[in-house]
Amino acid sequence: MKSTAAASAPATAGAPGPSGPGRPSGPADTAAPPPRRIRRQLVTSPWLFAAPGLAIVGVFILYPFVSTVINSFTDKRQLIEGKYVGLANFRELLHDDMFWIGLRNSTLYVLVVVPALVVLPLLLALLVQKQIPGITFFRSAFYTPVVASIVVVGLIWVWMLDERGLVNAVLEAVGAGKVGFLSDQWLLLFSAMAVTVWKGLGYYMIIYLAALANVPRELHEAAAVDGAGPIRRFVSVTVPAVRSTMVLVAALSSVAAFKVFSEVYLMAGPTGGPAGEDTTLVMLVQRTGTGLTGRVGYASAISVVIFVVTVALMLLVLRADRKEDK
Amino acid sequence: MPTTAKDPSVSRTDPAESAPRTRTRRRRVTDENGRRMPVWELLLRYALLLVVLALMIGPFLWQLSTSLKGPHENIFSSPPSFLPSDPTLHNYERVADTIPVWDYALNSLKVAAANVFTNCVGAALAGYALARLRYRGRKAATLVFILAMLVPVEGIIIAQFTTMRDLGLNNTLMGVLLPGCVSALNVLLMRNAFLNLPYEVEEAAFVDGANVWQRFFRIALPAVKGTLAVVAIFAFMGAWDDFLWPLIVLSDPDKFTLTIGLNYLHGTFANDERLVAAGTVIAVLPLIVLFACLQRYFFRGVGEGAVKG
Repeated sequence: MKSTAAASAPATAGAPGPSGPGRPSGPADTAAPPPRRIRRQLVTSPWLFAAPGLAIVGVFILYPFVSTVINSFTDKRQLIEGKYVGLANFRELLHDDMFWIGLRNSTLYVLVVVPALVVLPLLLALLVQKQIPGITFFRSAFYTPVVASIVVVGLIWVWMLDERGLVNAVLEAVGAGKVGFLSDQWLLLFSAMAVTVWKGLGYYMIIYLAALANVPRELHEAAAVDGAGPIRRFVSVTVPAVRSTMVLVAALSSVAAFKVFSEVYLMAGPTGGPAGEDTTLVMLVQRTGTGLTGRVGYASAISVVIFVVTVALMLLVLRADRKEDK
Repeated sequence: MPTTAKDPSVSRTDPAESAPRTRTRRRRVTDENGRRMPVWELLLRYALLLVVLALMIGPFLWQLSTSLKGPHENIFSSPPSFLPSDPTLHNYERVADTIPVWDYALNSLKVAAANVFTNCVGAALAGYALARLRYRGRKAATLVFILAMLVPVEGIIIAQFTTMRDLGLNNTLMGVLLPGCVSALNVLLMRNAFLNLPYEVEEAAFVDGANVWQRFFRIALPAVKGTLAVVAIFAFMGAWDDFLWPLIVLSDPDKFTLTIGLNYLHGTFANDERLVAAGTVIAVLPLIVLFACLQRYFFRGVGEGAVKG
């Protein structure tokens, strides 16, 4: 990358312009101010450059976001315009058992999946960090579930955990007896969580690998000389060194976990398992809002709850981080 | 990794090793090439790696094995048989007879290819505008993309669906493509890449009379090829793997993408495990091949995406 830029430099560098030397430039987090002559030329083209992106993001992300919030105060349905109903949708949510089931399941998802995805990929990263023969193969192999579509992953595990599938065949072969992973309400939910963790491990492992590369070796050596064992060193050297990465992983995975849809949809079925007890909030949005009579207003109210919780989760993680700093 | 590495006292599981600890530790620590790993630790590491490997890759192989087992082979045997006794491609023919799986694959390919193109072009242009061009409203434009990145897409699907219906694009591949065709995250990734380029070269080109398009195409764009590759790969993977949005916007079985087709296959023929297995193998194989060829861009994308995300 850099070399390309450098290679083309000599061709043009011979003609120093009035704005050439002495101008502040180079890599910076804040954009270097372009020279005035360039600036003057740029009146129309910037908007031309930015227009496609702005249009797409505006029409298909920001506008739907705003209209979701607005719709949540109406009784709009698919194909039927709605009218303003105030907080009626939110009041109805309070008495809707399915909403509470969804909120419970999505919250449980965060509580189980996030700690697993903060800790396990770190351990995995420690395992693959050392350059031993064949390690790149293992790293790539561990990343494979990330590459696969969630539909593929879901269906693979539906078959693995089937009553007659591989896991039960192994359990039976060792005399443990069959387990109804996909028929019991709670086992289903926890199986789906396990699948989420399985699919996410490789992704967060790569994030941790980058962070671990920046931990100074001297710290470990000093700790070792002081007689600290591996567990002690993990707790007092590695963890503090990658703590900001752990916070990042917690933030990313908690938001993703709260919005879980596909795993549970595929494993428990579109109606959310036995008596809908495995429904998550996003499944509920999808089920309520689509179809010819889809209740857009009510589904939007559930979406607003999702927005609020998502923002709250981010703030919570960031605040926990700041507290630890002191 | 140092934490578990150099100290044989890990070997509480292996008491025979605890004796030489004090004698050898210091020497290993100061070994100039990192430190030499004792044999038992190397073995322990490989053992652990193999266990994890079985957990991560095993399910894929089991699916492949199931898809290759013929109609007369018992796929439910206990203890399970891992290798098909008489491998056959029969199930793949059956998938094609049951659902138009190749049409679905083509639909997925169309959406994914278009998604790569629009994201590369749209994100590069917008990223360049945000990073290099000075104009009134640039900060506001940047903010628009940051806000868009923070919107949880799962929460706005119903409104996206109504928008799409108003545009008459419901139930079309165009409708599948549009909402993600220039993602805010990619725009911000490109912006960062352009910001990290030294400014002098473009400045000199300007002095030589190059206009903004020439500077963009000849100088800036070639210098951010790496990030562009990351954007392309994640755009392809995102479109190929996407499930929730196509599930909502597509209702006509003729228009299904592969993931929606698989869901349909599973919903209708759930009891035919060989068939579903063959379908999933068809869906996952192209991406595994792509990943095998372009690994480093996949890994690089994780780093760049996470920092922004």
